[in-house]
Amino acid sequence: MSAITVDAPAGITTRGRNPWPAFAARRALRLVIGIVVVVTASFLVMQLVPGDPVRLSLGPSAPLSLVKQRRADLGLDNSLIVQYVNYWKGMFTGNFGTSILTQQSVTSIIASRIWNTVTLVAIALGLTLFFAVAIGVTVGGLTHNERRPRLLAAYRIVASTLNVVPEYLYGVGLVVIFAVTLKLLPVAGDDGFKSLILPSLAISLAPIAGLSRIVRVQTEEVLSQEYIQFARSKRLPASRIYWRHALPNLLTSALTVGGILLGVLVASTVVVENVFALPGLGSTVVTAITQRDYPLAQGALLILGGSVVLVNLIIDVIVSLLDPRSLMRDS
Amino acid sequence: MAKLSFVRRPRGVTQYVCLVLLAALAFLALFGHTIWAAQAARFDPARPLQPASSAHILGTDQIGRDVLARVLNASLLSVELALMAAAIGVVIGVTIGVGQAVLGPFLRRLLASAITISLAFPGLLLALLVNAIFGAGPTGAVLGVGIALIPAFARFSQALASSAAGSEYVAAARVLGVGRVRIMVRHILPNIAKPLLLTALGSVGTSLVGISALSFLGLGVQPPNYDWGELLQAGLQVVYIRPMSAIGPGLMIVLAGLAFNLAGEAFAGSHPRISVGEFTGSAGLTRRFALATSRLANRRPDRAADADELVVAASASPKLLSVRDLHVAFPGRSGPVAAVRDVDLAIVPGERLGVVGESGSGKTTLALALACLLERPATWRWGEFTFDGESVKADAHSEYRRLFGTKLGFVFQDPANSLNPAIRVGAQLAELRQVHYGASRAESRRMAVDRLREVQIPSPEIRARQYPHEFSGGMRQRAMIASGLMGSPRLLIADEPTTALDVTVQAHILRLLERVSDETGAAVLLISHDISVVVSFCHRVLVMYAGRVVEDIPSDWLVSRAAHPYTRALIHAVPDIDDLAGQPLTTIPGQPPNLENLSTGCSFAARCAFADDKCREDDPVLTALAGPHSVACWHPRPSEELADELTDAGSSNRSAL
Repeated sequence: MSAITVDAPAGITTRGRNPWPAFAARRALRLVIGIVVVVTASFLVMQLVPGDPVRLSLGPSAPLSLVKQRRADLGLDNSLIVQYVNYWKGMFTGNFGTSILTQQSVTSIIASRIWNTVTLVAIALGLTLFFAVAIGVTVGGLTHNERRPRLLAAYRIVASTLNVVPEYLYGVGLVVIFAVTLKLLPVAGDDGFKSLILPSLAISLAPIAGLSRIVRVQTEEVLSQEYIQFARSKRLPASRIYWRHALPNLLTSALTVGGILLGVLVASTVVVENVFALPGLGSTVVTAITQRDYPLAQGALLILGGSVVLVNLIIDVIVSLLDPRSLMRDS
Repeated sequence: MAKLSFVRRPRGVTQYVCLVLLAALAFLALFGHTIWAAQAARFDPARPLQPASSAHILGTDQIGRDVLARVLNASLLSVELALMAAAIGVVIGVTIGVGQAVLGPFLRRLLASAITISLAFPGLLLALLVNAIFGAGPTGAVLGVGIALIPAFARFSQALASSAAGSEYVAAARVLGVGRVRIMVRHILPNIAKPLLLTALGSVGTSLVGISALSFLGLGVQPPNYDWGELLQAGLQVVYIRPMSAIGPGLMIVLAGLAFNLAGEAFAGSHPRISVGEFTGSAGLTRRFALATSRLANRRPDRAADADELVVAASASPKLLSVRDLHVAFPGRSGPVAAVRDVDLAIVPGERLGVVGESGSGKTTLALALACLLERPATWRWGEFTFDGESVKADAHSEYRRLFGTKLGFVFQDPANSLNPAIRVGAQLAELRQVHYGASRAESRRMAVDRLREVQIPSPEIRARQYPHEFSGGMRQRAMIASGLMGSPRLLIADEPTTALDVTVQAHILRLLERVSDETGAAVLLISHDISVVVSFCHRVLVMYAGRVVEDIPSDWLVSRAAHPYTRALIHAVPDIDDLAGQPLTTIPGQPPNLENLSTGCSFAARCAFADDKCREDDPVLTALAGPHSVACWHPRPSEELADELTDAGSSNRSAL
């Protein structure tokens, strides 16, 4: 076809090989380290308590024989190493010990409460991602190129204010509005899905505000990228530019931050379950700490911490699938 | 260095709001206890849970104590605990973050990964863990929240310190033999003090909210003592009957948290931004020009003949694109700033037209305007615009989607950013076919592969399935050109397509553009800093200065017959690297024009050796000088003079050697 040949750069270099195995190896290592840290930290809770944890737990009036028996039950008389090894053994057999106070198995207590928390976090995460991306992209698109400066100013004030209000205040506020004033929704207790609406709203409002700000800034940045100009130069319909060209580039950063937020959401359940008297992992931790029921507190903290580690891993994998460049950066 | 420069006069509403809130908080914390302690303790069992009234603005609690007095009285304890927790986090965190610089590399890495791991856990979980160890109570709460802040501060101060450590003054201190610790204390800490203090201020808010959360959960301050969190818990118990008793302490937590957080944010931005004169042009001649002209002599002589023919033919042949009276402006500090003024321009089919000028002369804006790609905040208007026989209105870009989408290709400057990183290259090419021709996905993909092959991308089937980051810079630019070939291009606009590439790749891309133009008959508008590139590639050259076309000349005449003093200065700047020494022409006297403040008359007058009163009063328009050569100048230079000057300059330098 051509008379003038154009010399192409020599050789076909598909830069690097398949990056996935290395990625998987690094993530597996990180997962293992994360789990070891969580298990060790939760193990140390009982060891670091100033004084005798069993005595603290049972109170000064408990008979010495009972204290001694419980110490033996918990294996506290063994050496630190033996206790640590046994703790790990328990981990693999699903045995998290027994509650000092009720003698119930910690595993069964946690199993009976974990679903409320999981559902709560799942709903809240869905709400957060959906609304944060929707609001952030919309505001970013509307205010791009210095348009609508007043909308942007108003949005900034509202979002940054909503972002610093803690979840328990949203909880109290929602209780006042929906349950006390409007009498629309149940305020407290475990009444199926309905009783999860207010708690999940309470923990997602601040993250929605915070994440939407990040998404807005990202939208602004992505829209002013040259590749968006290139897409415009192809005269693609606006919807295609937004959803096909801009969104994938936004989602990776939204999800990266969303992953961190997910950890925050897990922690927020602790507080919000107490506002709404919802029996979940969070309320279990708080009761266990106030009652100094150390094995129960350890078990619940372990599960909460472990889920944060897992969640981070899942988000990492999703981000890498969406944005292949992150695999390169990662190494 | 003004270390505490953020303590300056506040600007902006946010900063005033912050200061008022912080002052109110300080007042409450310092004097609230003295004023309201007695009233807060007074109980009246006969009047429990009173509604809000003038005597009790927030009502009373279960044993008849005034809720408002208790809320105000709790300020001291709440703020105190928050300050303590923040102090723990900041002091230990910064010590770790800054101090790690004196550790060996192994320990430093270990510490860094420990920080990374702990950062992955939400603060509240860490706080709960510590709280579980120390037991419910204010000590456990303060330690928990404080320790939870450590990782973030360690990471933040480490990042700040390492960026400060990489700066030149630290390098200079190191050269002078200043020790590690002394560098840290004397040179690094003072320079990171401001962002650290602001973040610390913000963290007081975080601590306050966190400790209140723990108290609210019954894990912090224990009755009979109370902080806002404890009061909120008490209020929540009676929220059905007396919602105000929960709202009161809740509001205080929000306001206090907000005050600290906003302070951290609002004052962070208070140092004045470095203003970049975007539209004021670059300082003097760019170095690129200087180097480029050295290659002028190597231009291809055979182009002269066809250029002349083409230029002569141009007046008769139908225009591919023509625009009259084009104006583009951007908003400036005082009213709109004209980036392109008064441009009349026509391109004939198959023509290769070059646009040269310093940065800020309006080249890129012109290219975007011709491609109908301008966006707000730019404003634009034109008298008449036709492209491929269709008349284009200035205010209805969307009507010409198909026209521009299929007949005009745009090659952007930076190949690293101009392809979408999240979409496979093949798909980015194919979509044009799908959108504008309704072609199927498979068919469009096949065509994309064909086009990639045409631009000499090896193994196009594989390449089409790759992402842009797997391409080299030159290949990305080829892919851009291929994308322009997906329609039926009549015009390719290339905005400095080779600036970001290295020299050998530059040549490939230009040859490819040349070939594409020859084979498809598409015209090319090439924008470049590089006068030698333009001369060797184009038939005709437009020289832009301060948003206007000041000279329109066949490229083969450029060196010998340039008539505008500015064009001449550009060419003269460096005929040859060796001649640089002793040449007065390496600078054009005066400053490049400030587009925000253009004087009447010729915008080059202030720098022009030939300027007179007429030049300073009347702006010359582009007028035909000889044949296809036009210039906007009252005193165009005769061509012989230039030739003489060149010979003189050359011989004088040679004799000097």
